[in-house]
Amino acid sequence: MKYSSRLNVTRGLVVCAIGSVLPDAIAAQTIAITGGKVYPVSSAPIDNGTVLIRDGKIVAVGAGIAIPANAKRIDATGKWVTPGLINSATQLGLVEVGQIANTRDDAARGEDNIAAAFTVWEGVNTQSVLIAPARREGVTNIVVLPSGNHLVSGQAALLTLVDGMASDMVVRAPVAMVAQVQAPQAAGTGARAELLVKLRELIEDTRAFVRNRAAYERAATRDFAASRLDLQAMIPVVEGRLPLLVTADKANDIDAALRIGRENNIKIIIGGGAEAWMLADRLAAARVPVLTGAMNNIPGSFTTLGQIQENAGLLRRAGVQVIVIGNSGNGDEETFNVRNIKQEAGNAIAYGMSWNDALRAVTLTPAEVFGVADKIGSLRAGRDGNVVIWSGDPFEFTSNAERVLVRGREYPALNRQELLTERYKQLPPNPAMPIRR
Amino acid sequence: MFSVDRAHRAPAMNFAGELKLMKSSVVLIALVSAWACAPARSTRAPSPKADSTQTPGLGGRSLPNADPFPSTYVRFPSAPTVIRNVNILTAAGPMISNGAVSVVDGKIVAVGASVEVPAGAVVVDGTGKYLTPGLIDTHSHVGAGGAPGTQANSDVNEGTNPSTPYVWVEHSVWPQDPQLPRELSGGVTTLQVLPGSANLIGGRSSVLKVVPARTVQQMKFPGAKYGLKMACGENPKRVYAARGPSTRMGNVAGYRAAWVTAEVYRRRWDKWNKESKGDPPVRDLGMETLAEVLRGNILVHNHCYRADEMAQMIDIAREFGYKIRAFHHGVEVYKVADILAREQIGGSLWADWGSFKMEALDGIKANVALSDRAGVRVAVHSDDASGSQRLTQEAAKAMAAGNLAGIPVSAEQAIKWVTINPAWQLGLDDRIGSIETGKNADLVLWSGDPFSIYTRPEKVWIDGAMLYNRADPRQRWRTDFELGFVPTPEGMNR
Repeated sequence: MKYSSRLNVTRGLVVCAIGSVLPDAIAAQTIAITGGKVYPVSSAPIDNGTVLIRDGKIVAVGAGIAIPANAKRIDATGKWVTPGLINSATQLGLVEVGQIANTRDDAARGEDNIAAAFTVWEGVNTQSVLIAPARREGVTNIVVLPSGNHLVSGQAALLTLVDGMASDMVVRAPVAMVAQVQAPQAAGTGARAELLVKLRELIEDTRAFVRNRAAYERAATRDFAASRLDLQAMIPVVEGRLPLLVTADKANDIDAALRIGRENNIKIIIGGGAEAWMLADRLAAARVPVLTGAMNNIPGSFTTLGQIQENAGLLRRAGVQVIVIGNSGNGDEETFNVRNIKQEAGNAIAYGMSWNDALRAVTLTPAEVFGVADKIGSLRAGRDGNVVIWSGDPFEFTSNAERVLVRGREYPALNRQELLTERYKQLPPNPAMPIRR
Repeated sequence: MFSVDRAHRAPAMNFAGELKLMKSSVVLIALVSAWACAPARSTRAPSPKADSTQTPGLGGRSLPNADPFPSTYVRFPSAPTVIRNVNILTAAGPMISNGAVSVVDGKIVAVGASVEVPAGAVVVDGTGKYLTPGLIDTHSHVGAGGAPGTQANSDVNEGTNPSTPYVWVEHSVWPQDPQLPRELSGGVTTLQVLPGSANLIGGRSSVLKVVPARTVQQMKFPGAKYGLKMACGENPKRVYAARGPSTRMGNVAGYRAAWVTAEVYRRRWDKWNKESKGDPPVRDLGMETLAEVLRGNILVHNHCYRADEMAQMIDIAREFGYKIRAFHHGVEVYKVADILAREQIGGSLWADWGSFKMEALDGIKANVALSDRAGVRVAVHSDDASGSQRLTQEAAKAMAAGNLAGIPVSAEQAIKWVTINPAWQLGLDDRIGSIETGKNADLVLWSGDPFSIYTRPEKVWIDGAMLYNRADPRQRWRTDFELGFVPTPEGMNR
C-alpha cells in the first residue's frame, strides 16, 4: 500500500504539521496580508488593501500601509479578505453526538422551568472535533445558546474558536438571556398568555429581589418565583443591561415579546422570527434585532405558518438589524454544519438582501448586537485578528476559505473529516496518518 | 436552534417572465381539466381465465406486478414549447452553450445548438440562463410526514413491528401537503417517498410526480417500479430495544428470517399462478412485497450508514438472491465505494450531514465525489423537505468538496447527481433524468448557473407543462391547507 504524502488540500500555504497548538512566538509576530480586496465591513471595501496584525490584534487596515521589515507576508492578490464569520445560534461544543446523552451539555434541568443562572458556555467541550471544521470554513466566532425550551433557558455566550479552554475562548459571557414565548407547556404553563404571566412574574420578582436584598438574606421576604441564583442572573436583564433573547416565530408572539420589552424597559432580541416580516416596521421602530435564516419556507408548525425565505431581506429593507443564523431545521446547522452559515447568508441574498447587508449579518451586526463590536466583527485597528482570505466571493460554493486566522493564528492541522478523506482517497485505505507537508 | 420542529433528529423517529407567451388562464384550465379528466374508477387488470371452481377474486390472488392502486396521472395540457438561447446541462454529455430544446406532446423532440420551432409553439428565451432536467430526489417523506408536523400528520413510520413489508407509503400520502408546491418551486419534478427507518423492513415506497392532485393515484409515476425500504443499524434496534431486535445481530437475524419466509411464499404462489391447481395459498401482503423483490419487480432502497454494515447487507442480498438498488444516507460509502461499484449498487448520499448519531460520525463532504470517482452511481438526496428544495446547492457543496480534496468534478458530472443517477436508482432512467430526444419533458429553467448560491429556479415543466413560473405568483400552486392558513408577502391569503 503506497501512501502518497502529497496532499491535495489546496489551502494556499503548506506548512509542517506540528499539531494545532503553536508556540506563542508564532502568535506574537507581525503578519501583513497584502494585495487582496479587503472588506472591513465597518467601512468601504479597499482594493489592493493591507491588513496588518500584531500580537493577535489588527493594528492597521487600508491601502498603502507601511509594512514592517520583520512582518510575515501573506499574499492575498486576487483574493477576498473579510472578518471571520460569526454564527450566532450554535450548540458547537455543547452537543458532540446528538443521540448520545452524555455528549450533550446544552440544556439545564430547569426544575421550575427557569434556568437563568445556567452558564452553558462553561460546559463547552473544547476538544469537540466539530470546532476545527467550522473554523476551516471561515467561522471564527460563535454564540453558544442553551436549549431546553424553558421559560428562561439560560445565558448565551460569545466565543472565539481558538484552541484552549473555555476561559480562553470566551469573548463575552453572558451576551443575552435566552427565553421563549411560544411553547407554553415547555415553560410549565398551559397557554401562551399564562406563559406571559409567568415571565412578567419573574421580571417583577427580580425587581423585588433587588429592592429587598437584605430582607431576602434574612428570609424575611415573600416567596419568589425563581431561585436566588436565577433571580440574581436576571438582574442585568431587568436593568436593561443584558438583552433578553426571546424565541418567537409567530407574529403575535413577536408582538408579545415587544410588549414585554416596552412595559419593562428590557432590551429584546427576537430569535427565530419566522413571521417577523409581518411586523417589520414595529421591529424597526422598537430597534429590536432579529436572528433568522433564509433556508426555510415550510409551514412546519402552527407557530411558523408564515415562514418565508424572504424574511431576512424584508426585515433589512424595513431597517431592522438582522443577524443571519441557520434555520433550515434539520439540526445539523447548530453543530456539524455551523460552517454552513455562509450558505445561509448567500440564500438571504438570493431572497432579497443586499450582498453587503448579508456579510454584515454574519460579522459586524452580531458583534454590535452582542456588545463586542470593539473586539470582533470588522477589520479595524484594535480588533482581534480574526481574518479569512477567500479564493472568491465567500458566499459562493466554488470559493474556499484558503487561510483562516483566529487572533492572528492559523490552525493548519488536518481536522478529523480531512483525515478520513485523506485516508480513503485510495481503496483499500492507508492506515498511516496523513500529514500536511 | 429556534426551530420548534426538531422531529427530524428526535431520537426514536427521524423520520422523520413570459406571461405574454403563456396566458395565465392556461395553467388554471390545465389543472381543472386534469382533475376532471381523471378516470373515476381504477382500470382493473383483466381477470385470469377461470379454470377452477376455486377461482378467487383478484383480491385473493397474489400476482406478480399487481397494481391495485394504479396511477391515474394524466399529463397536463400544454402547447409545444421551445426554450432557446440557453445553456443546457443535459446530464447526458457536455454542456450545450446557447442551445435550444423543443418539446411536443410532453416529450423532448429535439436538443441542440438550434431547433426547429413547431407550429403554434410557445418560445421561451433563455438568454443568460441554464436549463437542466427536472430534479429527482430519491429520499423524501413529503406527503407522508406532512406540514405542519403534528402527530395527526405523522404517517411515516409504522412503528408497531420491526418488520412491516405489508405497508405502502402511498396510503399515508396527503396530496395537500404544503411541502409539495415548495418542492416544485425548487425544481424537483420527481420524488421517491419512502416509509421511515424505524423498521428493519419499512414497507413500499412510491415514486410521485410533483403535481397538484386530489388523490395520490393522480401523482403516481405511471409504470414506476415500487421500492422497498429497509434500514440497518441504530434505528431499528433503538426503536424496538424492549421487544427486539435490540442489537445489530438481532437486526440481521430479522432480515434473514423475513427472506426465509418470503422465499417459501414466492415458490408457493409462483407454482399456483402457473398451475392454478387446488386451493390457492393464503395471501400475505408483507410476504407478497418481499416475493416481488425476489422476483426482481421491486427495487430495494436500503438505509445504511456504516461501511461494514453495507458489506453485510450485500451478503444477505446474495444469500437470498435479490439486488440492492441503492444504499441511502451511506455516510461511509467512500470506505467501500469499490465494492458498491463492483456490485452495481447506487448511493443516495447527503452533501454534508453527519455526527448526529454514532453511525453518522464519519460523514465527510468528499463522500459524494470519492464515491463517484470510484464508479458508484451517486445521487445527492435530501431526506429533508427543506434541503430537497436546494438539491443543486447540496450538489454544489459536494462538488466543491471534491475539487478541494483533489477530485475534480465538473458541472456536467455534478448535475448527474440530482438527475440521471437518481433516475437510475428509481429504474426510470429510460424516461427521465436527462435532456435527450424521446425523454419526458421534465425541465427546469434556472436564473443562472444552477450551482451558484444566487441562482433560483424560474420555470419548471413536468411532461411539457409549465407548472411553476416564478414570474407569476398568482398562478402559484397553493394547497388546500394553505388557503387562509399561510400568509404570503403578496397578501395572497385567499
